[in-house]
Amino acid sequence: MAEPTLSPTTYSAPDNSGHFGSYGGAFVPETLTPVLEELRAAYKTYKDDPDFKEEFRHHLREYVGRPTPLSYCERLTDEIGGARIYAKREDLCHTGAHKINNTIGQIMLATRMGKERIIAETGAGQHGVATATVCAKFGVDCVIYMGAEDIERQRLNVERMRLLGAEVREVTTGSQTLKEATSEAIRDWVSNPEDTFYIIGSVVGPHPYPTMVRDFHRVIGTETRDQLREVEGRETPDAIVACVGGGSNAMGIFHPFLDDEDVELHGAEAAGQGLNGKHAATLAKGSPGVLHGAMSYLLQDGEGQIELAHSLSAGLDYPGVGPEHAYLRDTGRVTYHPVTDEEALAGVQRLSRTEGIIPALETAHAVHLLPDLARDLADERGEDAVIVFNCSGRGDKDMDTIAKHL
Amino acid sequence: MSRLDTTFDELKARDEKAMGLFLTDGFPAPDATVPLLHALDRGDVDFIELGMPFSDPLAEGRPIQRASARALDHGVTMRDTFRRAETFRSESDTPLLLMGYVNPVLKYGIEAFCKDAAAAGVDGLILPDLPPEESDALTETAADHNLDLVFLIAPNSSDDRIQTVDQRATGFVYAVSITGLTGGDLSGAPTVDDYLKRARGLVQQNPLLVGFGIKTHEDAMRLSRHTDGFIVGSALINTVDELWNDDTLSMDDRLDAVEQFTRRLKHGTPTAAS
Repeated sequence: MAEPTLSPTTYSAPDNSGHFGSYGGAFVPETLTPVLEELRAAYKTYKDDPDFKEEFRHHLREYVGRPTPLSYCERLTDEIGGARIYAKREDLCHTGAHKINNTIGQIMLATRMGKERIIAETGAGQHGVATATVCAKFGVDCVIYMGAEDIERQRLNVERMRLLGAEVREVTTGSQTLKEATSEAIRDWVSNPEDTFYIIGSVVGPHPYPTMVRDFHRVIGTETRDQLREVEGRETPDAIVACVGGGSNAMGIFHPFLDDEDVELHGAEAAGQGLNGKHAATLAKGSPGVLHGAMSYLLQDGEGQIELAHSLSAGLDYPGVGPEHAYLRDTGRVTYHPVTDEEALAGVQRLSRTEGIIPALETAHAVHLLPDLARDLADERGEDAVIVFNCSGRGDKDMDTIAKHL
Repeated sequence: MSRLDTTFDELKARDEKAMGLFLTDGFPAPDATVPLLHALDRGDVDFIELGMPFSDPLAEGRPIQRASARALDHGVTMRDTFRRAETFRSESDTPLLLMGYVNPVLKYGIEAFCKDAAAAGVDGLILPDLPPEESDALTETAADHNLDLVFLIAPNSSDDRIQTVDQRATGFVYAVSITGLTGGDLSGAPTVDDYLKRARGLVQQNPLLVGFGIKTHEDAMRLSRHTDGFIVGSALINTVDELWNDDTLSMDDRLDAVEQFTRRLKHGTPTAAS
């Protein structure tokens, strides 16, 4: 039952060269072309390899703590008065966010490929912590690139990474946030292509990363299907909601439902101080272009220079988005909504007070979409409508920021 | 026959290595660019790569990153770059290529970009983050406007890959000397000679030029033993930066010094050049 039925309309993106419609691809300096070819070949070999799959499942179960619960949000549902709301509890993953699903997958691949050194970029620090964690567990050297501004606002995660044995390299160019951290990580990779594996933290970057990262996170959606069948007697909800920065948690929970046309899919992107001010609402206000190895929507000026993004949430503070989201936006399969800093802060409070779950600021963007959606769905589909929102991370790392703004 | 082809043929007939120099447009200031291009010309440059500044230059080391950021601080636009190329072209026949990242080109529009570049007298394009696989639209349009489209190879490129790049490229094939960034350290690349020898055997249709990390005439001669010439960027940018930071120098002093730097790079010390 969990296997999607094959039909002529079965979703099959990307194509063989990593294109989701006109998005994706691999726009990289030549030094990285052989590196990406090697990675594509390795991923192709191992993704269907029974030993690899078994080891991946083992680590997710015994180390990450999967399956994560699907929690019914009773008080939130009652307070809103609409569809029944469930939270997919990725905040309960080891290290506090969904990010570790992907880092486990990539480090297994890296070690099989004989790579001795791991690099990664991080914004909020969640991917950095998840990478430092698996490097400690697998005994591999780890360098994390992080913008100076993010180091300042996510100090707790910097300390965690250092405790885990990673070297955190401060990036002081440009906006000193995730965009520059990613550029510096790519420059390191160009300079060390033989021994270094770049664990990209979202469904961004050159092919095969958007596909590979999505696939490592699909477990979020496949578990959701199984759990819904158990608690609701149906394996598809009426709607799924997730926040989108690069968009990995969203792709992970959306992907297994793309062929289920009755399931509405909603993404919440960061509108920062509002769409007329400083924001990171790439899909609402951006236009197609190439950044960090892939064609997707970008925040750019009339000259094609990349603009600075803004979000209170460091994890969404990025002027690009995964190419598959660009494709799903254009096809209309997913609806993307801009959510402001202020609305996200209100989302943190709401989930904290009604459910006793302090979500990450990133996750709180998704929480903001719930009231309107729950009421609309109940009107359209009846009181037994079901929403799942991906509770992608916990808010401990954001306590300084939250305290400052509430 | 393109200006670039003619230049390479003439140099080959004289058994001379081609020297290409990279300079970011608008660096250190917009009004310095055209005089600098002429200084390179006087110093015996064989072709020029005019850098189109970009906010996120992934393959660049610090010098070109900073030059790019400074040009953008001056508000340099693509139209400015075309205008300066056109001014230079009205006074010089030296081949001029535009080098930069693909996003500003896409934003300008491939058709409009190629049309305006050709009208400005530009001879070709180098876009390091546009590999042949993603370049179908640009290849066709560039050819329509008689613009050469240079592609790059790297030390870790396979033989097949080098041949593919040679088949797709026009103008020349750009051999990146090291697995690293522009302005990188050549001493960490002991196998560069083997790689360039291999590339020489595989690149049949185009001249082969080597670049990245070349700082002196000696570097240039050593690396271009197996190539038709060499390209220098970061070392020129650093030289310009130092000259413009020295307030005791007049503009003519600076431009003379750039001319001397260019001549030394091409011919070695003055005595060796005569």
